[in-house]
Amino acid sequence: MADNGDNDSQHRVNEGDYVVLKRGDIYKAVQIQKKKKTVFEKQWFFLDNAVGELYGTTFEVVTGGTLQPRKPKCVESSADAKEAGTDNRNILDDGKSQKLTRDDIETLKEQGLKGQEIVQQLIENSTTFRDKTEFAQEKYIKKKKKKYENSVMVLRPSCRVLAMMYHGREPGKICHLRYDTLAQMLTLGNIHAGSKVLVFETCAGLVLGAVMERMGGYGSVVQMYPGGGPVRAGMESFGFPSHFHDTLHEFPICHVNALLAGALDTEAKDKDAGGQEKKVKMEEKRKKLAAAAAVLEGRNADGLVIASRFHPCPVLLGLIKFLAPSRPFVVYSQYKEPLIECYTKLREQGGAVSLRLTDSWIRHYQHPCL
Amino acid sequence: MSFVEYSEFIQEGDVAIIFLGHDSMMPVKVQQGAQTQTRYGVIRHSKDLIGQRFGTKVTCSKGGWVYVLHPTPELWTLNLPHRTQILYTTDIANITMMLELKPGSVVCESGTGSGSLSHAILRTIAPTGHLHTVEFHQQRAEKAAEEFREHRVGHLVTVRNQDVCKEGFGVTGVADAVFLDIPSPWEAVKHAKNAMKRQGGRVCSFSPCIEQVQKTVEALADEGFQEISTLEVLLRVHDVRSITLPLPDFGSDQPLETPTDTPVPSNASVLCKTTTPPRDMAGHTGYLTFATKPSV
Repeated sequence: MADNGDNDSQHRVNEGDYVVLKRGDIYKAVQIQKKKKTVFEKQWFFLDNAVGELYGTTFEVVTGGTLQPRKPKCVESSADAKEAGTDNRNILDDGKSQKLTRDDIETLKEQGLKGQEIVQQLIENSTTFRDKTEFAQEKYIKKKKKKYENSVMVLRPSCRVLAMMYHGREPGKICHLRYDTLAQMLTLGNIHAGSKVLVFETCAGLVLGAVMERMGGYGSVVQMYPGGGPVRAGMESFGFPSHFHDTLHEFPICHVNALLAGALDTEAKDKDAGGQEKKVKMEEKRKKLAAAAAVLEGRNADGLVIASRFHPCPVLLGLIKFLAPSRPFVVYSQYKEPLIECYTKLREQGGAVSLRLTDSWIRHYQHPCL
Repeated sequence: MSFVEYSEFIQEGDVAIIFLGHDSMMPVKVQQGAQTQTRYGVIRHSKDLIGQRFGTKVTCSKGGWVYVLHPTPELWTLNLPHRTQILYTTDIANITMMLELKPGSVVCESGTGSGSLSHAILRTIAPTGHLHTVEFHQQRAEKAAEEFREHRVGHLVTVRNQDVCKEGFGVTGVADAVFLDIPSPWEAVKHAKNAMKRQGGRVCSFSPCIEQVQKTVEALADEGFQEISTLEVLLRVHDVRSITLPLPDFGSDQPLETPTDTPVPSNASVLCKTTTPPRDMAGHTGYLTFATKPSV
């Protein structure tokens, strides 16, 4: 089974795509729009040249603000068979080792030197570089690369990439949900295609998007929301095909009690309010509410995911009524004590087994730069 | 029932998880006329299981009761018969997310082992994905294939009995993701690269020893893989409990009328709801090394 070489259009960037820009460990979600300036890591450029290229391509930002695909195998060979010292006992940190001045470096930049080339110049003009140990040299190169690097990788959005982005850039927007924790939630919640999942989150739509990614457009998702309207910015960044949105419902929690009591009225009413446009909008809203209510009414959801700034206990106790028997639920809280309360109340109330309060820890290990 | 799709009622041929309480569970193959012994007595499949809803409370012959649960890959991981050391849910969850698995993904895995990760992958890639799993031990390969059939996921997986380091995964240019859990993963990196789609993909190698990680990382770099990163993930379980803490008695700040040496004992104490960590720290399972195959 070989892959069809000429049909890789699904692997190529299209205009209008939602993508994620990456440089080192910094990510940013953007939408490809031609002739529109994008800012990323204090640089302004146009994304036009990314269209038609394969996802995962690395580009150089050249003067003028355009992207140029980088030739592969551009790994700098500054680390092979070079001189290195054994320790730093004789290295003086007097701030005088670098012979290039700030102006010199600016000149190099203006001359259009690529980031890698600037780093090479810095190495050659450092009096102490060859005395450093191999590890110190790598650390130095890594630091300079980070500062002068000019490259941007264009990635396809995914839960992995977006979760890392939000955690690095705007953790407050996602209740400080770490990506390894999100990974646990999706697996322990047995989120999979074809199921019916309820989501209550105030994580900018990231958790909703992650759930939808694992459902692949099959089954249904009901987003329960607390305020005026469901927040979906994070979900939009996933760039799902439009048919995924057909499986997504929303339901305001202010109607939960009415629904549970059988008192929710979703019939059309002949209101005299406003003109034609307003009537159409209200009818749309009513239809959506009725559709979501129909999905919830059976109280047979397959999964429940909660990740919000609200006290998790009442949220869980309220929404668990919609969950079918023998189905998992997952509640995330930034804080432990509210979850202790959840645990205790569930134990007292009964009806839940295999309760576990856990937290996930992740540690990255360092490699030599290869 | 299937491991990739929920159903409501228990049927013959299903695998069900009997929950006995306090993290005590056991898997059961539901069969007409069969019986299962538990510490609470006998469960008669025909009467107590077949036709009942998953999640039902079943009273056993001795009067005690159990719950019958729908299987999930997570419950299976905790209850499956071990033929090898297995991967647990904590690692599995991170592997799933970091390899960007989702419905439709094509995945290559070696070694199949006891199928713990395999079931989790199948659940995630269903209904349109496929898992190519390679196991060099003949009996384990056969047992895995048998289990996949019983669990109604056979159509999503191909088991191959071969040595991945010598013969690869048996497919080329199709995989979105490759997972390696073998003693010498560096020997399979080239095969992993070949199995993956030309346009790129993700790879993961799981190794208990850092020396294995070093060699694998070198091999990945040599083959042009990018974003190479190694991490370790641990789960801390918090035991919720109520504790009573006695309050110290610092005595009265007024002089006593009848000075005595023995102060009146105070029974003041405070009730706290808190958690304690388990006695032992979670052990090391292995290092997870991830990388991206760049688009050519």
